[in-house]
Amino acid sequence: MSDVVRGLSIALWFSLLFLPFSGFRNVFILFAVLSSYAVIISSIKRYGNPLKEKFQSVRRVVDIGVRPVRFKPLIFCATMLLLLCFPLLVGDYILDVAILTGIYSILALGLNVMVGFTGLLNLGYAAFYAIGAYGYALLNVKAGFGFWQSLPCCLVITAAAGCILAVPALRLKGDYLAIVTLGFGEIVRLVLNNWDSLTGGPNGITGIAPPYLLGTSMAALNRYYYVTLGAVTVTYIVISRIRMSRIGRAWVAIREDEIGASSMGISTIWYKLYAFAFGSFWAGLAGALFAAKMRFISPESFTFMESVLILSMVILGGLGSSEGAILGALILVMLPEVLREIQLYRMLALGTGLILIMIFRPQGFIGGLRSGT
Amino acid sequence: MFFQQFINGLTVGGVYALIALGYTMVYGILELINFAHGEIYMLGAYLGIIFLGLFTATGLTSSSLPLLLLCSILLSILVCSAYGYSIEKIAYRPLRNAPRLSPLISAIGMSIFLQNYVMLTQGATDKVFPHLFGSHGFDLLGARITYQQAFLIILSFLMMVSLQLFVMRTRMGKAMRAVAQDKVMASLLGININSVISLTFIIGSGLAAIAGIMVAMYYGLVNYSIGYIAGIKAFTAAVLGGIGSIPGAMFGGIFLGFVESMGAGYISSEYKDAYAFLVLIVVLLIKPAGIFGRSTEEKV
Repeated sequence: MSDVVRGLSIALWFSLLFLPFSGFRNVFILFAVLSSYAVIISSIKRYGNPLKEKFQSVRRVVDIGVRPVRFKPLIFCATMLLLLCFPLLVGDYILDVAILTGIYSILALGLNVMVGFTGLLNLGYAAFYAIGAYGYALLNVKAGFGFWQSLPCCLVITAAAGCILAVPALRLKGDYLAIVTLGFGEIVRLVLNNWDSLTGGPNGITGIAPPYLLGTSMAALNRYYYVTLGAVTVTYIVISRIRMSRIGRAWVAIREDEIGASSMGISTIWYKLYAFAFGSFWAGLAGALFAAKMRFISPESFTFMESVLILSMVILGGLGSSEGAILGALILVMLPEVLREIQLYRMLALGTGLILIMIFRPQGFIGGLRSGT
Repeated sequence: MFFQQFINGLTVGGVYALIALGYTMVYGILELINFAHGEIYMLGAYLGIIFLGLFTATGLTSSSLPLLLLCSILLSILVCSAYGYSIEKIAYRPLRNAPRLSPLISAIGMSIFLQNYVMLTQGATDKVFPHLFGSHGFDLLGARITYQQAFLIILSFLMMVSLQLFVMRTRMGKAMRAVAQDKVMASLLGININSVISLTFIIGSGLAAIAGIMVAMYYGLVNYSIGYIAGIKAFTAAVLGGIGSIPGAMFGGIFLGFVESMGAGYISSEYKDAYAFLVLIVVLLIKPAGIFGRSTEEKV
């Protein structure tokens, strides 16, 4: 009985919290939902819990099933074949979403290098994305370079920006690092917004050219799909290879125990610098792809929420797992498209989701971290 | 001109200082950046408008305006404290022994949730705070000070002094200081850590609510997105003064207010928000422990 009272009082507490903002009718609905939930939970608690054991056994199986995926050539080839045939099967709308998923996959893979591998929480990743996008847009519109000529330039500029941010950031740890990266992201956005003569301010840049390959424009969605697919594949393979290399293992060592890593002879400063440069490099690629696809960019696309969205993809899939990053991007891009009606509540669900994942499954859908960390 | 900017800086700085106090108290005890704290401040501003609107709608404001203003301030402090208490219970307490990144991400999630919750229920457009004080004021040393500004400055200083007295002179304040110093030792001596942490969140949220109403009165407009930028600035203020130190947060907030109003007055107001970040990065580079903070060596 006391459980029921406790549940009901919690339900009442939350309903009252929401009262000033939502009005009486909504609060009443909320209270009804919460209190019935509380009654159900407490009666389950009271009359034994057969569901719980079942749930736990299912969970055990799931946990075994999602060990970090090893590189399997067969699965890789099959997936690639499917993805290559994809444009033949679907319409333009789905292709458009697929291209966006590809761009976000690159971003999530890149951010995963910093946050997942090395444990450096970056809350300003959209700044690098913006630098890549504006890099290509300006080189194209103001200097007249094509996509393939400006791409190396964009990548170098973005990686250099990563190094510039790393200079103050390397001296800091954990929370402070997160705040400095957040500040960097805001400064970049403010500069883009206010430097009217170069970036066009809030109006952005229009008339960006699509990439040309062998003299043909790749602007059509089914062609651009292959450009994006190529970029994602390269990103995935390079990052997976680096993860298993000496550098990748050094990153993970720094994440697990920085003092331990440095006492084993790993130069933490240099490897963190690599992580920053290498992680932001891919944001440059994604930015250039985004600018070339949209043909128009403005600072509005690169806000703090964008950084949080990319971070959520990495966390959702599982920190430190490349497959997880792609899965996270897939889920978070697809979900609002599939469920049009809930688009309004997307950010609400994202916020709740972040809290719930942190509490109940901090390793994400595909756990990239080893157990016990 | 200089004195005018000085007064403007003092007004805004007082607000930053009140928010920064919440950050610094929570960080001092939990070593957690409470990202949702800026949203509490935003909630406070909204609640002020909602309660004042409610009183006006019932026709009570015509009789005694100051009393009703006080009532709405007190009510929104109450509700915001309840929010702060619940946020700690839901989003931070289950993660108290988790890796450092987990509560931070959970806090970001909470901040996004509250922002969008207010946007959905109150609309995305600006809300107007009723103009109560008019633009009456007095001249001092060639600067125009409105009564409203004077009220805000006095209120923020009053709050800071009473907080300082609470923390230094009362039993509960002593318990808070003990928990901030060493949680395990404090609990061995019979201090209920959970209730101290809850109290910290309640006090911090109450101060943020006051700051929110003050800003709503000062600028007259409130938007669901004000919490994020104010939160970052207040955090900068807390770091500037040395995070975990209460006088540090007060000093940092007022200093940041000065930097901003001087920067806006003499350099360019377009980059007003960027000054805070530049100050933050410079402080973290030169003296990461802040002005009043002590630097601690990491123990192996």
